[in-house]
Amino acid sequence: MANYSSNQFKNGMKVMIDGDPCSMVDVEFVKPGKGQAFTRVRLRNLLTGRIWERTFKSNESVEGADVMDLDMEYLYNDGEMWHFMDPNSFEQFAADANAVGDASKWLKEQDKSIITLWNNNPISVTPPNFVELEVVETDPGLKGDTAQGGSKPAILSTGATVRVPLFIEQGEMLRIDTRTGEYVSRAN
Amino acid sequence: MHWRGVLEITSLNNIQDNLWRPGAPIDHLRARARVLAQIRRFFADRDVLEVETPVLSHCAVSDPFIDSLEVSFGFQPGIEDERLYLQTSPEYAMKRLLAAGSGDIYQMAKVFRNGESGRRHNPEFTMLEWYRLGLNDRQLMDEVAALVTAVVPALPVRYLSYAELFERELGLDPHRATRTQLQQCCRDHVDAPFDDDDRDTWLNLLMSHVLEPRLQGAVFIHSYPASMAALAQVREDEQGRQVAARFELFVDGVELANGYHELTDAAEQARRLDADQQQRAALGLPQRPLETRLVRALEAGMPDCAGVALGVDRLVMLTLGVDNLEQVISFMHAHA
Repeated sequence: MANYSSNQFKNGMKVMIDGDPCSMVDVEFVKPGKGQAFTRVRLRNLLTGRIWERTFKSNESVEGADVMDLDMEYLYNDGEMWHFMDPNSFEQFAADANAVGDASKWLKEQDKSIITLWNNNPISVTPPNFVELEVVETDPGLKGDTAQGGSKPAILSTGATVRVPLFIEQGEMLRIDTRTGEYVSRAN
Repeated sequence: MHWRGVLEITSLNNIQDNLWRPGAPIDHLRARARVLAQIRRFFADRDVLEVETPVLSHCAVSDPFIDSLEVSFGFQPGIEDERLYLQTSPEYAMKRLLAAGSGDIYQMAKVFRNGESGRRHNPEFTMLEWYRLGLNDRQLMDEVAALVTAVVPALPVRYLSYAELFERELGLDPHRATRTQLQQCCRDHVDAPFDDDDRDTWLNLLMSHVLEPRLQGAVFIHSYPASMAALAQVREDEQGRQVAARFELFVDGVELANGYHELTDAAEQARRLDADQQQRAALGLPQRPLETRLVRALEAGMPDCAGVALGVDRLVMLTLGVDNLEQVISFMHAHA
């Protein structure tokens, strides 16, 4: 990979820091009127998710990271790995629990997710913002309770548990916001 | 998919259609104009003469950490161009005026600094620079405070020496601490794993990353380390340390002004220009023509005076309570 000098840094750039691939979240030019210039960068470690700030002096350079985000279709879980396919190349990739993380709760076969590859290996999985999943287990719905507040837990087909309104029945399809893990509506 | 394609093209057009627009709201430009008028009134009331000096010069700034933009000046193709430099500050030319008997002078000018771009930096910006005969750095600080509080009323003003600031906040004597001690202190506060042999780099890192953000209100930091004297006189402080007769004003952590009890010794001026040039060579930076006419002017005799440069765009930012130059400059670098 190419090396980048600190004066080329910009948001979204992927670089190797201490052996880990990182993404630049925010880049700020810091310079006293007199004195050397610095570049202060907010970095996210793409393996651990840690976000922190590091300062570089001018002309300091870092190695680029071979990192790509690809839209892929979720295929199946074999008990250990989650398998995805790039719908353009039909190439398949297996992601481990570390890479999939919390996204596993929202993965439904054939749904598209963003897979981040580092040196062609999946390192993180970002599910779609909204998914539609079936309720496999919840207390019986309360008729005529559509207007009132109150909620109950429901277990979805992927194993995720979400709070849903009291009127929701087992077998219904629900729309869920994966960023908050919250119920949005019944799916149409 | 068809409708989606149309939408994407339309929104792209909207973005391009708006590229001609200024970044700053017109209301902010009105506020800017009021600040410029206040500044001119401030100096008119004090009988300080407004001057203009060339933006294009045959000489460049010597400071190793300020890079001049180069301009090629030519009469016709085939004949070698003349290399000119955009001023990074009007300081050299204004001092030539002072030596020629101008008396108290001020100027608001565009200055240019190569490679400086960010939330609080634009490669061209407006600098207010002024010189007062017979004043020292301490007296000039009071005048800077008067100007800034005229523009931004009810701003609390404090004065602190560079050593007091470092001792109070970090328990370090910035004049006597070794490079290793300074570097260790940086490592305790900032993730900056690079190496650097220059003590000043670590002092500047501590200042910009750790101390500046702690400076609330208007704070004058004075008596800088002698190694950072630039064009200021050097004197001894009460504890016998060599300090520069230099101050900086920070407002809510933003560097706003930099002033000196000016160096008038021609031999010392020549020595500092050479030292800068040598440091440039050591750092692999371009060797550019030094402003030797400044040395000649000092030899002819520049009156004892204090001078200061103040970032006008940042001052306008303060009056509006915004934290990005984009809010006060009509067209920033990216849209210029």
